[in-house]
Amino acid sequence: MMDIRKLTIKTAAMALRKKEISPVELIEKFYERIDVTDETIGAYISLEKEKALEQAAKASSMIDDGSSLLAGIPMAVKDNMCTEGTKTTCGSRILGNFIPPYTATAVSRLGEAGAVMLGKLNMDEFAMGGSTENSYYRKTRNPWNTKMVPGGSSGGSAAAVASGQAIFTLGSDTGGSIRQPAAFCGVVGLKPTYGTVSRYGLVAFASSLDQIGPVTKTVEDSAIVLNAIAGRDKRDSTSIDTGINDYTQGINESPVGMKACIPVQYLSEGVAPEVRSKVQKAIEYYESIGVRCEETSLELADYAIAAYYIISSAEASSNLARYDGIKYGYRSNDFNSLLDLYKNSRSEGFGDEVKRRIMLGTYALSSGYYDAYYKKALKVRTLIKQEFDKLFDEYDFIIGPTAPTTAYPIGEKEGNPLEMYLGDVFTVSVNIAGLPAISVPCGLDSAGLPVGMQLIGRAHGERTILRAAHAYEMGNPFPIAEEVSHGL
Amino acid sequence: MDYEIVIGLEIHVELSTKSKIFCGCTTEFGGDINTHCCPVCTSMPGTLPVMNKKVVEYAAKAGLAMNCSVANFSKMDRKNYFYPDLPKAYQISQFDLPICKGGHVDIETDGGTKRIGITRIHMEEDAGKLLHDQWGKGTLVDYNRCGVPLIEIVSEPDMRSAREARDFAEKVRSILQYVGVSDCKMQEGSLRADVNLSVRPMGSNVLGTRTEMKNLNSFRSIYRAAESEAERQIKLIESGEAVVQETRRWDDDAGKSYSMRSKEEAHDYRYFPEPDLVPIEISDSLIDEYRKSLPEMPWERFERYTGELGIPEYDASLITASVKTADFFDKAVFSGADPKAASNWIMGDLMKLMKEIDTEDIPFDGEELAKLLKLIDSKKINNNIGKTVFAEMFRTGKAAGTIVSEKGLEVVSDEGLLDKVVEKVIEENPKSVADYLAGKDKAVGFLMGQVMKETKGKANPQIINGLIKDKLDAMKGM
Amino acid sequence: MKISKETVLYVADLARLNLSDEESERLSDEMGRILGYMEKLNSLDTSNVKAMEHVEPVSNVLREDIVEESFERDLILSNAPDEQDGAFRVPKVVE
Repeated sequence: MMDIRKLTIKTAAMALRKKEISPVELIEKFYERIDVTDETIGAYISLEKEKALEQAAKASSMIDDGSSLLAGIPMAVKDNMCTEGTKTTCGSRILGNFIPPYTATAVSRLGEAGAVMLGKLNMDEFAMGGSTENSYYRKTRNPWNTKMVPGGSSGGSAAAVASGQAIFTLGSDTGGSIRQPAAFCGVVGLKPTYGTVSRYGLVAFASSLDQIGPVTKTVEDSAIVLNAIAGRDKRDSTSIDTGINDYTQGINESPVGMKACIPVQYLSEGVAPEVRSKVQKAIEYYESIGVRCEETSLELADYAIAAYYIISSAEASSNLARYDGIKYGYRSNDFNSLLDLYKNSRSEGFGDEVKRRIMLGTYALSSGYYDAYYKKALKVRTLIKQEFDKLFDEYDFIIGPTAPTTAYPIGEKEGNPLEMYLGDVFTVSVNIAGLPAISVPCGLDSAGLPVGMQLIGRAHGERTILRAAHAYEMGNPFPIAEEVSHGL
Repeated sequence: MDYEIVIGLEIHVELSTKSKIFCGCTTEFGGDINTHCCPVCTSMPGTLPVMNKKVVEYAAKAGLAMNCSVANFSKMDRKNYFYPDLPKAYQISQFDLPICKGGHVDIETDGGTKRIGITRIHMEEDAGKLLHDQWGKGTLVDYNRCGVPLIEIVSEPDMRSAREARDFAEKVRSILQYVGVSDCKMQEGSLRADVNLSVRPMGSNVLGTRTEMKNLNSFRSIYRAAESEAERQIKLIESGEAVVQETRRWDDDAGKSYSMRSKEEAHDYRYFPEPDLVPIEISDSLIDEYRKSLPEMPWERFERYTGELGIPEYDASLITASVKTADFFDKAVFSGADPKAASNWIMGDLMKLMKEIDTEDIPFDGEELAKLLKLIDSKKINNNIGKTVFAEMFRTGKAAGTIVSEKGLEVVSDEGLLDKVVEKVIEENPKSVADYLAGKDKAVGFLMGQVMKETKGKANPQIINGLIKDKLDAMKGM
Repeated sequence: MKISKETVLYVADLARLNLSDEESERLSDEMGRILGYMEKLNSLDTSNVKAMEHVEPVSNVLREDIVEESFERDLILSNAPDEQDGAFRVPKVVE
């Protein structure tokens, strides 16, 4: 009996090809799994069973001719990517009834490759948050311990893969939103170089920072998904032609001779001891397989959070202004004038964290403050990128923890936004500099919660970090979450 | 106390590209509500803008035609504010790095040629339209116009009278039509002006408080609004009150302006660089290419018409006022028409016909006029018939030759035939004959008219004149 | 850092948000702390640094002036909270 929780893209594709299971049966098995687990896990906001079964039925020819590894593979998509005819809520009340008439490019490309979408995944509202607790719809629980947060904002994406509810998912990452939940849930999360994957159809949070990326069980799966979704899209002016055709190329090559660095700031006292020790063990493993690891310094690491929150809030305040109750989305029932319509719809429709960021961003852009905040943050951005570029002159990749802690209890960080923001310290600078980064599991702490290690590469250096991550995985297989029955 | 009026204009012009500035929807005017839309121009979540190449080209050319320098590096910015006609709640425009800067346009005044400075020209997107719900229950929003590309032309406050303001606007419109970047159909809203006006004591070099009147869409209203506002401000100051800095709405029917004070908190637009679009770089060589591709400007044609072609200045200025008449004239002359004749026909018949149906479009080109003139010169038809044919050409767009043969309008020069008609007319009009014989030479005219009537205007005037005179003179001798 | 109540209300108005008294007090406090944290950027000397608006040094991403078919009106209006005669409807706007 096939244990679908253990399936990867490669093993599932093989099973389909060998007709060990039919595409429709495979999809049905996943829906069964979702039925059994999702009341507890809460990863899904909506399911599209009928459409999925139809898609599965059509996948056979692509499976048979071997033209796509993704044919018939069950996946799910974070609910901030537009899917034609399927509700797309962004985890918010304000888009609770929004059904887009078009599909995001990244999702279309997966569809063209034959992948089957099971449903849309839970997230922090408008991708703002680090625990998925800011969703208007439901809480998502960490499959390793259901009292804990799965991380965020792509909490549903990570929890679904970790609990075997989908073979892979798509998440989005603005300040760590793919990598941090991947770390908390013990799966692989990749944020590509800015511009690699089209943002057309990704509901914008911070335009200059957002990227779509895969959440998978293995590193190789991550490369396979990236192959399908990457590439210039004429509908996104910021998407570029990277010139890279195959992200799996060289993934199996020996890592001997690669040079890695570890900034001292990344293993400082602010990091939980067990996280530090697991990452240090990973560094020792790299050394043992021939990767040279050296200590270095990222002086500006500390400034990244401030720059990130100013830039992202400012852009978000503008991107979210379109939610006004006029063209789509939530409209208040209580209004006597246009002004009321705007204010009431937005105030009733948005949650607290979103309002907080809109207020911050509006302030940072407002007359008299623009130079001091937004413009200043953009200058600091230049400095941060320059600092990374210098490191990459010498090193192939940077190692560090993805997050300073492992997953924490649901409800613990409520009421303390600044503290939550500080948890992003290792991930935000990557978005600021537009670099690629991947989080891979590197052990469990004494509470049985996953620890994540982040590898950061130079711009368009995905293949390097995939190769390094894959080498680590080959010597340290990633565990999967036990059957969900604990923590209830 | 003598006052000086200081006026600056901001002119918004819709560019005549086929598709919108950030998406492929059509820019066609009219069209059922919300049928020229897509997720991008209605700002659905997740959509992104992609810049139309032609918009950059047209904006640069417009700037070059107005003597501006085109920026090698420019970018787009977001201008944030809430209004139902703006679906993204921000307008993508240009803030600190516009595509063109520092030009000028010359206008004719009583005191000679005056140079009006252009501060800048920038690209931006148009907003939708608000329509009033006939049931009075709300306001309706049509996004067809959302995303139509605009350029905003900002003048220096160099105008000193309502007339200068109007003349400047007319000149700008003419230039844009010449360059071919906009049809400038004001009745369709493709050119709108905001008038910024202040007054100050003559001799002072401190600017007074200015007011703004927005979205004037005819030259007449620009003129009247400026005139009225100058008067209003002067009256206020003379009665000891201060002018309030505000936006006013001009009601052309009423001939008055009204304060829009309720709208008047200064907007905090929170401009910041548009992160979804990349900068625009235009090389010097591309700018040169644009410059070389500009057609002959109105003042250049004026020089050529009055110089080379020997047309009087008055005529030349009328013809060059519109690129359509100028092109028409050039084609006619190129096709062999005599410049003075062509010019007369344009200023007389053509402009009259155009005015009658209030159009700027000519349904045939100058070559057809040249052909018509040839028919007249070769005496195949006479001048009067020519006018009729011309009107028919205008109405149907058919060629002169086609109309003449279809309607059988050729001049009748058959002497035999005409002789018979002349005989008939003479017989039927004894009084005129008697008048002529009594010394009233003018009676010939009446008889000619009758012959023309009989021949439905087609008789060759010289021939029948000759025939009539011969016959009458012969009678004299009797 | 202190953000006054007036500032909070001004910003809320700009952003078209209603805030209860409790919310504006809370935000005044939170914004003060968060923006105070961001002051640390001032310790960096950026006098000779250019603002980075785009991470990738790309320019001139332009499309040809070709008309593409528009969407059917029904689809454009499919999520409209209120519509009439093919138009989106909002409360009366006084010009």
